[in-house]
Formats: sequence, structure tokens, C-alpha cells
Amino acid sequence: MEILLNSGYTLVIMAGVVGLFMAWGIGANDVANAMGTSVGSKALTIKQAIIIAMIFEFAGAYLAGGEVTSTIRKGIIDASFFVESPELLVFGMISALFAAATWLLIASALGWPVSTTHSIVGAIVGFAAIGVSPDAVEWSKVTGIVGSWVITPVISGVIAFIIFNSAQKLIFDTEKPLEQAKRWVPLYMFLAGFVLALVTIKKGLKHIDLHIGTADGFMYAAITAMIVAIIGKIFINRLKFDETAAIKTHYANVEKVFAVLMIVTACCMAFAHGSNDVANAIGPLAAVVSIVDNGGQIAAKSTIAWWILPLGGFGIVAGLAIFGHKVMATIGQGITHLTPSRGFAAELAAACTVVIASGAGLPISTTQTLVGAVLGVGMARGIAAINLGVVRNIVVSWVITLPIGAGLSILFFWLMQAIFT
Amino acid sequence: MARNSIIGLFAKSPIKPLEKHIQLVVKCSNQLIPFFSACYEQNWSEAGKVRRKISKLEHDADALKRQLRLELPGGLFMPVDRADLLELLSQQDKIANRAKDIAGRILGRKLQIPTSLQEQFSSYLARCIQATEKAAEAINELDGLLETGFRGREVGLVEKMINQLDEIENDTDSMQITLRKDLLALEADLNPIDVMFLYQIIDWVGDLADLAERVGARLEILLARK
Repeated sequence: MEILLNSGYTLVIMAGVVGLFMAWGIGANDVANAMGTSVGSKALTIKQAIIIAMIFEFAGAYLAGGEVTSTIRKGIIDASFFVESPELLVFGMISALFAAATWLLIASALGWPVSTTHSIVGAIVGFAAIGVSPDAVEWSKVTGIVGSWVITPVISGVIAFIIFNSAQKLIFDTEKPLEQAKRWVPLYMFLAGFVLALVTIKKGLKHIDLHIGTADGFMYAAITAMIVAIIGKIFINRLKFDETAAIKTHYANVEKVFAVLMIVTACCMAFAHGSNDVANAIGPLAAVVSIVDNGGQIAAKSTIAWWILPLGGFGIVAGLAIFGHKVMATIGQGITHLTPSRGFAAELAAACTVVIASGAGLPISTTQTLVGAVLGVGMARGIAAINLGVVRNIVVSWVITLPIGAGLSILFFWLMQAIFT
Repeated sequence: MARNSIIGLFAKSPIKPLEKHIQLVVKCSNQLIPFFSACYEQNWSEAGKVRRKISKLEHDADALKRQLRLELPGGLFMPVDRADLLELLSQQDKIANRAKDIAGRILGRKLQIPTSLQEQFSSYLARCIQATEKAAEAINELDGLLETGFRGREVGLVEKMINQLDEIENDTDSMQITLRKDLLALEADLNPIDVMFLYQIIDWVGDLADLAERVGARLEILLARK
């Protein structure tokens, strides 16, 4: 107990620095995956992608990141177990942050795909189960979270399959694909705007003290989505087409319309990523801050300190700004025959899935959800060739990440205990 | 980095190289027209030049074929079956091989097409080459097929092309029959060994259309699966 009173602020600053570093790492590394399909299909230049990512990652983190942050902060661990010794929880959360940050650093240096979500969840479970007691973990919640890691890629794959098929039916397999595209693409924009706005309004705005009723929420979401669709429509109308084009370039014209749509879905993807992944960096920080602020009491109902979500958002944007260029450039080179009509389906499906998970407070992996979506488009025979080896690597990496995150966090936990007691 | 990131997920598309391959093949078989006109004029040095061109194009097609095979490892998830795709590729390649065989055999023996048959032979050759061009046209639609997820109108369009290809091939069959009949009438006045080889050349030129038709058939199988 005294520890928290004596060195409380040291601990908060420690957690703050590592949390910021984690957010920075997420920005530098993970965002490239979230934006990769947009850059890869040439719908956006690297510069545009980074600007969009900066704005929407921050917005997502700030406006819709609260629920997942709460889960990381207090949903995985049974707080009642730490009432007698809250300092253990503080040490544990800081260790978990250290562990996840270290693993992120090592894995990125070696070029392995990492999921920050998996490492932080593994780390928190690790210190609690081994360092403290297996009973300190809310196993039912953890099972739910791990289950969501399997289910979300499948769900986003199914959604992507349906979206892509609908685009085929409504647009490509018609007499005049270009006219159909002009007609239907704004509808997809509406859909994207609606899902995002709805989740944000219903789940995200609580912590900035904005309470909106269900009916109003739907209405505001619909209005927002309408605005998005109308702006999109204006941009589509301003496109110039080569009207005399033969059938082959005809599809190229259609892809131009989809490229506009892809700007919208890229915004959604950045927003979704920010809303879900910011928690990995600041969830543990929020836990530390709330315990220290309450003088050692683990308050069940406390809200997240006002400065934490913006800090996470800022960290992500900083990582993007400093390292994003380099990572995106690597992606931009490796390309591929990914056209906007496929990229949009994958991004829209993944963004919707991730945002809904964020609203439900489930920490999931954005990258894997996107992989699921890409496979969904592949199942619909939309992508020329998908490298299953890379899919395997990504899956293997998350299986490995759990024990490593847990192991590292146990080590740091014992180390901190030794130093501070 | 790129290998394991989301972009590593997207492997190189086999479709563009496949289209490029058939274009090379068609270019190669098209050279048979200037080759035979040089032969009719007994301009063997010119014929030799064209034959070298044919050989070079055939070689390029071979190299492209090998490269494409290497770029199609197992573990790729594609909208079409990998085995079907490779089979289609080797069918395409056989057309170029046959064109090279024809030029080589003619030049090697300085084989003359009898003057009275030359006109008929030329239109037979042209028709056979048309079949390969039609096959290339159908293969070039793979792009559009991918765009539409191998479904719907685009499939109908390709099927129409394959039907046209079949018609051309039927046409060449009947042309071949007449050509053989006319050659039979001349046989007595010609060198017997030359006649043997003339029959072979007529066969081989017909093979161009046969092989083109088989490319179409493979393409149909490719579309029908899944």
C-alpha cells in the first residue's frame, strides 16, 4: 500500500512512458497493415494514406476506444482478488506493458507479424495467473476473448464474401457496369458510414459525456451516413471517364469509381483500428492511473482519466508520422493485382467487424480480421492468387505470441516486485 | 516485412503472364505466313531468317512458361485450379513448338509446296492461324473474368469465343481433307519422299488449329470447376 502512496507518480509515469511507446509501435507497425490494402490497390498514395490514418486513427481511438480499454483495464482480471494488495495489480499492468512492448520491438526487428492485442492479453493473463494466482484471472472472459479471435476473422470473411458477391451482382455482371457502379457505390458508402457512426454513437460517446437514446442514435447515424454518401456521390460525379473505351478498359472505369469508395473504407479501417488497438497501449495505463488516483482502492466503476485516450491516439499518430512512411513504402512496392473493387470489400468487412468488436469491448486483432476478409473475397473467386504461406505465418505468430507475452510479463513482474518491495 | 504483412498475402497474379505467353505464341505461329511466302519464292535465305525469328519467339515463350511455373508454387489460393492453369499453359506452349517444327522441317528439306496447291495451302494455313488468334482472344478475357469473379456475362462471352474457335477448327478439318485429296491427285508426278513429308506438313499445320482448340477446351474446364 505505501508503495502506491510513496512512488505512485513514478509508477504512473513509467506506465505512461511504456504505454506511449506501445501506442507509437502500433502506429509505426500495425497501421501499415490496416492501410496496406488501400495503398496496395493504388486507391491512395502513401501520403494520402498517412494523412487519413492520422485523422481517423486518432478519432477512432478517442471516440470509440473506451470499451476495449475498459476490457483490458478491468475485464480480464478479477479485481476483487487485489483489494488487499493493489500494488500487485499496478506492477502487473506495468509488466504486461513492458512485456508487450519488448515483444513488439523484437518481432518487428525480426520482421515477424505480431499482434499487439494478443501480446497484451497474453501478458496480462500471464502475470495474473502465474505471478499471482490462477484464480485472479477471469477465465470466462478470457475464453470469450480468445474465442473472438477465432470467430472475428470468420465473420469478417463471410461479410466480405457477401459484400463482394453483391458488388458482382449489382455492378459487374450487368449490361452497363459503369452506370451501375455510379448508382450503387454510394450505397456502400452509406453502409460504411452507418455502421461506424452507429457504433461510435452508441458505445463511444459515453466517456465524453454525451448520452444519446437508441432511436436518436439510429437517426444521427443515418444522417452521418447520408452525408458520407452524398459527398462520395459528388466525387464520383466529378470523375472523368474514357467513355469510348472498349470492354476491357470499361472495367478500368468501374475501378475508378471503386477507388473513391476505397477512400471511404480506408477511413473506416483507420477508425476501426484506432478504436480497437489503442486499448492495447493504454488499457494497462488506465488501470494503473485509476488505482493510484484512488489511493490504492480498486474502484469498480471509475471512468478512464480524460487524458488517457488522447495520449494513446497521439502515440499512434506519432508512430505513423515518424515511421509510417517507411513501412508504407515497403508495402507500396510489393504490388499485386489487387483492384479497388476487391480491396473495398475486404476493408469494409474488416472495418465493420472490428468496430462492432470495439463496441462490444472485445480486443481483437485488426490484421487477422482483415486477413479473414481477404480470404472471404478469395472464396468468391475475386483475387488472382493468395499466398497461403503468409496466412499460416500470421496464424502461427499469434499462437506463439500468447506464451511469449505471458512469459515476458511474468519475468518483468517478478523483477518489479524485487525492486519495489 | 512485406513477406509477412498483409500485402505479402497477395501473390503475383498468374493471369498477366499467361496472356503474355499466348500473345508470344500467336506471334510465333503468325511468322509462318512470311515463312511460307519466302518458301514459295524459293528464297531460302529469307526463309532461314524467318525461321530464326520463329525459333527465337518459341524460345521466349518457353522461358516465360518456365518462369510462370516457378511463380506458381503450391500453397497459392487461386480462383482457378492450379493444375488446370498449368495444363492450359503447356497446351499454349505446344502451339509454338509445332510452328517451330513446321519451319524446321520445311527448311531442312527445302521442301516445296506444289505450285498448284500453294494458294489453297495458304488459305488453309491462314485459317489455322486464325484459330490460334481466337484462342488468344479468349485467353485475354481472363482479366475480365477475374474482374467478374469468373461468373455471369463474362463467362458467356468467353464461351461464345470458344464456340467460334470450334467452328474455325471444323473448317480447317474440311480444308485439310480437300487439300489431301488434291495432293493425292498430284502424287504420281512428285518425289515420293517429298510427298510423305508434304502430308506430314499438312498434318502439322492442322495441329495448330487442333492445339488452339484444346487451349479453348482447357479454358472451359478452368471456368467450369468450382
